[in-house]
Amino acid sequence: MITLTINGLEVPVEKGTTLLEAARFLGFPIPTLCHMDGLSPYGACRLCVVEIGEGPKAKLVSSCTYPAQEGLIVRTASSRVLRARKMVLELLLASCPQSKTIQDLASAHNVRQQRFRQEHEDCILCGLCVRMCKEQMVAKAIGFRGRGQTRSIGTPFDIRSEECRLCGGCMYVCPACQLRCTYTEPEKAVCGGCANVSPPCVEKEQFDDMMCYMTPCVACEIQE
Amino acid sequence: MKTDQVLSVLEKHEGDRGGLIAVLEDVQAKYGYLPAEVLKIVAEETGRSLVDIYGVATFYRSLSLRPRGKHLCSVCTGTACHVRGAPVIAGEFERQLETAVGATTEDKEFTLETVNCLGACALGPIVVVDGHYFSNVNSSRVKQIIKKTHAGLDEAEIKADRRVYLHTVSCSRCNHSLMDPNHKIDGSPAIRVTVSFERKHGWLRLSSLYGSFAVESEYPIRTDEIVDVFCPHCHAELKSAPACPLCNAPMVSMIVRAGGIVQICSRRGCKGHMLDLNGGGV
Ligand code: SF4
Ligand code: SF4
Ligand code: SF4
Ligand code: FES
Ligand code: FES
Repeated sequence: MITLTINGLEVPVEKGTTLLEAARFLGFPIPTLCHMDGLSPYGACRLCVVEIGEGPKAKLVSSCTYPAQEGLIVRTASSRVLRARKMVLELLLASCPQSKTIQDLASAHNVRQQRFRQEHEDCILCGLCVRMCKEQMVAKAIGFRGRGQTRSIGTPFDIRSEECRLCGGCMYVCPACQLRCTYTEPEKAVCGGCANVSPPCVEKEQFDDMMCYMTPCVACEIQE
Repeated sequence: MKTDQVLSVLEKHEGDRGGLIAVLEDVQAKYGYLPAEVLKIVAEETGRSLVDIYGVATFYRSLSLRPRGKHLCSVCTGTACHVRGAPVIAGEFERQLETAVGATTEDKEFTLETVNCLGACALGPIVVVDGHYFSNVNSSRVKQIIKKTHAGLDEAEIKADRRVYLHTVSCSRCNHSLMDPNHKIDGSPAIRVTVSFERKHGWLRLSSLYGSFAVESEYPIRTDEIVDVFCPHCHAELKSAPACPLCNAPMVSMIVRAGGIVQICSRRGCKGHMLDLNGGGV
């Protein structure tokens, strides 16, 4: 057992517990985006920042990946944390303003402005879909490709993957693309056509811009 | 027949788990690029998932999924070369070759790419074509370099090489002299570098006579051993981008004081070497 102090409260936790788990156990809320129970921590979104240590040595770490240490002093809602969190949200909002998940988070954290250029990215590279596919679906159909500015998510060679189980798990967890499946009616939130036997987007010639982040769509059985 | 080649590469790497990059490099050496079918075979044979392999293959610039041209032309746009006008040179290559950085000309002759530092900053801007270094390049020399490549770099090389050449060399990073005036091999001052292999670190002295392969070493080096060579002054590794034309081991590059770059193979006993004298050569 390890004892650490979170927001002034001492808490004993098992070795290997992350700060996020420990704080949630005590009931301190920490917002997360790229974290999901059942998937391995990844630390991509930085939304779950907390402050550890004291005085000039205090620093911000991502609580979803930081393991609890004996005697660690953690603050989950210091002014520095709140500022950093708001900034992260503002940046996320700029890269993906159409995402409902990010919009909700931003409004819940009182982000009232958005000073950066909107990019309307299809993907924030949170890696949820990759981990979902690998760890829960045990399919390993999609992954990261490239690096830096050209890093993207998708299947090898951008063709329908033989490994994909068409489970839709990747789209289910995606914070960026969950609202993009609108087929021909962009005003409508979700088209829901894939619940039918033959998804309407199969019939559409240009299915580029209404499917999830992957072309061709892995849920609808379209092949180029 | 394609499959056989991959299998032989994989066989060679059997046992070194985690050596995916090495495998891909060898596969690329065989085909010039990484064909999709071959990656699938690699995935099947090594039990790795195709996404992981594809992720690695797209991550590293030295790995290519598209066929490359006959000649690979790399323009260094590292910091040192950048401030000396590398972007202009890259632009000039794009114009002359009518292709873009990262692409291959239509006649499949040239692949143009930019790289971040080739480790010869002191001689920048650097352009490397098929492992041959061109130093202090300016945009007016671009045409010449292309012409020379078409004519065949290796032929030009042999002509320039037929002589005993005494060279004074320095580190390609810090430009410190590597000559050791107090120690003579073949009757002239030796080149002194630091080598490391099998957890041993020691000095190595090479003959400065071009064409002589005499060496003396603090520790005996087995024939065929590949050693890492470092500058004794700045401790930078004297590694260069291209592989040895004879045995594919990494090459070691040093600056020739008279101008140009000499490269020697890092494998003990291999006689692979290249000399690019920018004065005489180009
Ligand atoms: S739909 Fe395919 S790619 Fe997406 S999680 Fe399921 S198996 Fe993976
Ligand atoms: S596609 Fe969606 S889930 Fe996958 S990394 Fe991008 S934003 Fe995250
Ligand atoms: S996958 Fe196709 S059919 Fe299903 S909701 Fe998206 S666009 Fe509509
Ligand atoms: S939830 Fe911790 S970094 Fe995204
Ligand atoms: S920056 Fe060009 S060789 Fe180092």
